[in-house]
Amino acid sequence: MTIPVLQRETWRESLRSLKVATWLGWQIESNWTEPFLFAVYSIAKPVAGAMILVVMYLVVSGGQTNNPLFPYIYLGNAFYIYVGSVLMGISWAVIDDREHYGVLKYIYVSPIHVYFYLLGRGVARTLTGTIAVIITLTFGMLVFKLPVNLLTMNHALFWPVFLIGLAGLALIGILLAGLTLITARHNYFMGEAVAGALYLLCGAVFPLDVLPKSLQYIGLGLPMTYWLEGLRRALIGTSASPLLAPFSNETILIILLGSTLLVGAISLGFYRWCERRAKEKGLIDMQTMY
Amino acid sequence: MNHACAIKTENLGRVYQIKRKRGESGPTTLVALEDVNLAVRHGELFGLLGPNGAGKTTLIKILTTLLTPTSGHAFVDGIDVVENPQEVRRRINMVSGGETCGYGLLTVEENLWMFTQFYGLDSKTARERIQSMLEVVGLADRAKTKSYHLSTGMKQKMNFARGFLNDPQILFLDEPTLGLDVQTSRILRDFVKRWVRERPGKTILLTTHYMAEADELCDRVAIIDQGKILACDTPANLKRRLQGASIFKLQTTPLETLDHFGRLPGVSQFVGHRRNGHTELNFILEDENALVKVLDAVQAKGGHLLSLEKREPTLEDVFIHLVGRGLSDETGD
Repeated sequence: MTIPVLQRETWRESLRSLKVATWLGWQIESNWTEPFLFAVYSIAKPVAGAMILVVMYLVVSGGQTNNPLFPYIYLGNAFYIYVGSVLMGISWAVIDDREHYGVLKYIYVSPIHVYFYLLGRGVARTLTGTIAVIITLTFGMLVFKLPVNLLTMNHALFWPVFLIGLAGLALIGILLAGLTLITARHNYFMGEAVAGALYLLCGAVFPLDVLPKSLQYIGLGLPMTYWLEGLRRALIGTSASPLLAPFSNETILIILLGSTLLVGAISLGFYRWCERRAKEKGLIDMQTMY
Repeated sequence: MNHACAIKTENLGRVYQIKRKRGESGPTTLVALEDVNLAVRHGELFGLLGPNGAGKTTLIKILTTLLTPTSGHAFVDGIDVVENPQEVRRRINMVSGGETCGYGLLTVEENLWMFTQFYGLDSKTARERIQSMLEVVGLADRAKTKSYHLSTGMKQKMNFARGFLNDPQILFLDEPTLGLDVQTSRILRDFVKRWVRERPGKTILLTTHYMAEADELCDRVAIIDQGKILACDTPANLKRRLQGASIFKLQTTPLETLDHFGRLPGVSQFVGHRRNGHTELNFILEDENALVKVLDAVQAKGGHLLSLEKREPTLEDVFIHLVGRGLSDETGD
């Protein structure tokens, strides 16, 4: 009966890692200032970021919000808040623990399960990101008459797409965390670079159709493309992307699931490889002092 | 406790690659450990004594699964540290001295609580252990203080307390008293001694370059230098190797050159230092008669004797005898 006992222990350790890391992430995210300032910062920053593009659109279009492109841009921007939050929340944990707090080696010496630990560290930022997304959407519905109806929206499509997409983002976060483990502190540029590239390639602000053919293929290979497409279809029933229009909702969901599983396998394998390299090169407790 | 040895290494080696810029000369590899064979028994407080850069921390990093060896094998409680690191981590903990790590935004208690949870302690046990360890390190009144308000020494104490929270089967202490004041070091040393004595079967591997610490605490000591184990025995047996030898410490007025002292007849080993305003000469002599030649040589160099002391052998003398330089001499001069 050794194997079942070990498996039970592994699961217990995984859940513990997730729970404690979630608690830790929340303490780090929320403890740096007064609760009021924390709330203002957590909400105002991403909302302001999303609004910049909306304002630009309104200026260029002369204030037209009835163009189908407007809800496309607005929803893409609103949900893109998650990309930065989840990716950075997870990958930044490695830099934070190793360089800032100097505890990564002690965490690694304890019986944690590193994937669950990293996911837990990302939960806090995902939660603050969720609040920002809800506020951005509410603001859009009230001020810009965004055609989203919470009662008639396609819940059966929205929730699976939403959750699978978040899982995909978390898995890409683990990939970035692996990269961070084997590189120096300046690797935080990598997170921003990846978030920026995804912004361009997954149809967050404009349909893939406007990209050159080669970039369209890259965009079609990214789970985030189908995530945003699925979310738009679920919330407003339509999309402004002719390239994705032939795909049914079910097809979008299946492609999203398949590409997320693929990205997941690559990310977890890549993290293990990075971890092995880090142990070979003595990087687990590296402090670059940059 | 399933295996004969708590810690075992077989021909363990670790070579670091050194990155050099184009055109820069020098070696491209650094041998940190070479063919290290150790067997630490359950219940032992085992010391690894050596100067900075001897390979002590590298060995601890391998044994705690943070670093992979480049050759050989290492086992903790019979488990291969490379093959099954997670199983090793369930049995161990580690404290590195001189470190001020910790989440500054968390209180001392929260920092420690977090680690108890990683080890799966229930709340009651966790609270009791945290309280008990905070009392040991003198931080009980700081439990609710955010750790960024702590002094460097207090952070080190918090880190020390963290290492004992899970009551590990095997504990690695890497220079645990480094940078701490004398009184605190004494308290922690007493606690370490008590901890291992009161818990039969628990094992501690302690690295230090303080010979008194190794002498006072350890059941057995391995002397390590440049990645190689030079000797391994009880402190008493190691010192017995110098039985019959005469050990003298001389202080003289400042002397220009010291090299020739090591070549005097009857001098087995010699280490000299220029201190503030005087020169300190440490000799291991084959017999006391050689002292006359030493004193003549001091006089010949224009020096005057300020003090002369005959000592019992210490572990530092054993180290000098084995290596030809002192523990505090990084370069050996």
